[in-house]
Amino acid sequence: MKQNNMLAMILAGGRGSRLHDLTNKVAKPAVSYGGKYRIIDFPLSNCANSGIDVVGVLTQYESVLLNSYVAGGSQWGLDSRDSGVFVLPPREKADANLDVYRGTADAISQNIDFVDNYDPEYMLILSGDHIYKMNYSKMLQAHKDNNADATIAVIEVPIKEASRFGIMNTDPETGRIVEFEEKPAEPKSNLASMGIYIFNWKLLRKMLVADMKNEESNHDFGKDIIPALLNDGKRLFAYKFKGYWKDVGTIDSLWEANMDLLDKKNGLDLDDRTWKIYTEDIPALPQYISEDADVKRAFITQGCVVEGEVKNSVLFTGAKVGQGAKVIDSVLMPGAVVEEGAVVQRVLIADGVKIGSQAVVGSADSEHIELVAKNVKG
Amino acid sequence: MARALGIISFSENHIWVEGMETYRSIPAFSFLGRYRVVDFPISNMSNSGIDRIQVYIRRKPQSLVEHIGTGRHFNINSKSGYLHMMFADSSGENNYYNTDVKAYLDNLEHIEKASNTHVVIAPGYMVYTQDFSALLKTHVESEADVTVLYHSVDNAKEAYQNCYCVNLNRQKGVASFERNSGSAKSRNIFMDTYIMKKEVFIDLLKEAQKISSMYTLRMIVNEKCGELDIRGVAHKGFFAPITDFKSYYDANMSLVDLKTARSLFSEAWPIYTRTNDSCPTQYFDSAKVKGSFLANGCVIEGTVENSVIGRGCVIKPGAVVKNCVILTSAVIGEDVHIEGQVVDKNAKVTKMKELIADPQAPGYVKRNDAV
Repeated sequence: MKQNNMLAMILAGGRGSRLHDLTNKVAKPAVSYGGKYRIIDFPLSNCANSGIDVVGVLTQYESVLLNSYVAGGSQWGLDSRDSGVFVLPPREKADANLDVYRGTADAISQNIDFVDNYDPEYMLILSGDHIYKMNYSKMLQAHKDNNADATIAVIEVPIKEASRFGIMNTDPETGRIVEFEEKPAEPKSNLASMGIYIFNWKLLRKMLVADMKNEESNHDFGKDIIPALLNDGKRLFAYKFKGYWKDVGTIDSLWEANMDLLDKKNGLDLDDRTWKIYTEDIPALPQYISEDADVKRAFITQGCVVEGEVKNSVLFTGAKVGQGAKVIDSVLMPGAVVEEGAVVQRVLIADGVKIGSQAVVGSADSEHIELVAKNVKG
Repeated sequence: MARALGIISFSENHIWVEGMETYRSIPAFSFLGRYRVVDFPISNMSNSGIDRIQVYIRRKPQSLVEHIGTGRHFNINSKSGYLHMMFADSSGENNYYNTDVKAYLDNLEHIEKASNTHVVIAPGYMVYTQDFSALLKTHVESEADVTVLYHSVDNAKEAYQNCYCVNLNRQKGVASFERNSGSAKSRNIFMDTYIMKKEVFIDLLKEAQKISSMYTLRMIVNEKCGELDIRGVAHKGFFAPITDFKSYYDANMSLVDLKTARSLFSEAWPIYTRTNDSCPTQYFDSAKVKGSFLANGCVIEGTVENSVIGRGCVIKPGAVVKNCVILTSAVIGEDVHIEGQVVDKNAKVTKMKELIADPQAPGYVKRNDAV
């Protein structure tokens, strides 16, 4: 907290139901990505690299794995004397019934007591399920320079797709937000909200206390808090982000985000040693590529054993490809096994799933990527 | 109940790894791409429930200090246990004075004050796995004064030149320790590993110092073979002492085979190390990799055969790397053909287009060097 007087809260309660069986047992922020990471490693590493010391993680859906994963914060170096990662699921209170978080804003409202312990000047609200690298301290600097009440990170999207997002209409000269439209049919701008907000905590606290009592409210930042601030004539600014940013909502987009990593000059650049993404450290041998293997255009991590062919694919921790097996245009999640002679193409194989020897799964010309979440017999 | 204090020892003076040891001590050597040699003894102790571990350092501590840190990554509770680095005041006049015995005596109060009843002493320069809790049990049940580990080999003529051998009598009692002279094929190689009661250990140290200020622990134990009950226990599994340059190269290369690797690494006995948070390794269209271990963070565009590639290495298009051990962040440039070399950390091989050595006499490229 000493560093910049800003506390971060990560909204990690969502299920991500369009990821189907991948999120049966874990929340979307805990879904594996990029060979060795989980999605929530990105906001947490960004916080660590931006000099933010205290991070609250608001969990709700299937939170057990997420709780044990983030608790302690040592993986991101957030475990020194004045720092910490705190898991905040809904809880029973003396003056209120045990309730779920009714919306993104309500998740913060129900933890005002936690935030008050730290008495921060600024509050950073993040989403736990986006893949990107961002220096939040630069955003805070812009927030201060603009003398803003709130700052919202935005990214330019193709105008054709703008109606899928929350769109900020801004004064082109100052970047001040004049209007916010949630999924507009006819968008006036292509600046989409990334769900990343910096608020002056005193102001946000007041808004949240009022919002909690408002029975008409959805208790949502986009639907309620931001419009209310604009109504009150507060100074809201857009902060333009340039770079790789992905919200992986579907199996296709999760697969695509993994495939992006196979390009030499991909925008995410996980190899950038000045902005590392930290994650759980699992004891495992280095990757072994056997005498008979053939590996081209691949992203492979420790614990993998490749004895067959791997082309255009991403292999996560401990994935195995047997002799004569073919893995093409596919993603093998942690511990997935493709046994001897099996062929997989355009598939995403879930954690620990086994494809039996000689089995054939997926095809080159499928419209969608096939999610394989159950063992396939050989 | 017997509870052991873990002591990780440094090597005797006759051991020197040409080239690499100029930059760091053997325990800090990179091993099989992502480990350091010291990870093996520390993990063995940690997995055996030994949670007070002293790592003795004779020289060049920086690399090892950075690697060991708080010890948390070795699964040691930092409140109820510890992983400490122990320094001795080294004598500048003559390196022969800088013995393990002197280092232990310099730190005697830290050994004495530990509540542990026994000590397990394992070398920081040998690669093997061993359940020390089972060994401690054997030791206590045998009522021996000292238990030592040995490994039976049948290639002592060409290898293990800097090691000692254990001469056993019929009851597995140790008759003497003798330098491997290379005269016999089959020998019991001493693994520089001891278990004994703490009082016995302290008595031996004091006695050694009285006899000669250049005595090592092995020398005093050898002298006590007639007086004390010293037993040998045979070690099974992978064993590789790093006692010269060739043995370092061979130890890495012998593991580039899944079967051999599995005789050292098992899921039930994890080897811990410090993560560097490197991203996975990227292979591009021109990559051709066969029979190799690769750590994370590499960019592979060339050919790699029968080699160990360390963290964050770059193998450029057209490069051919064969029978090599490449250490962290080295770069092998375009069209460079390199065989039978150990390439040290951060070295860049770009101008020399051919660096070829027989694996029987491997070559060495210096740390941070550009060739």
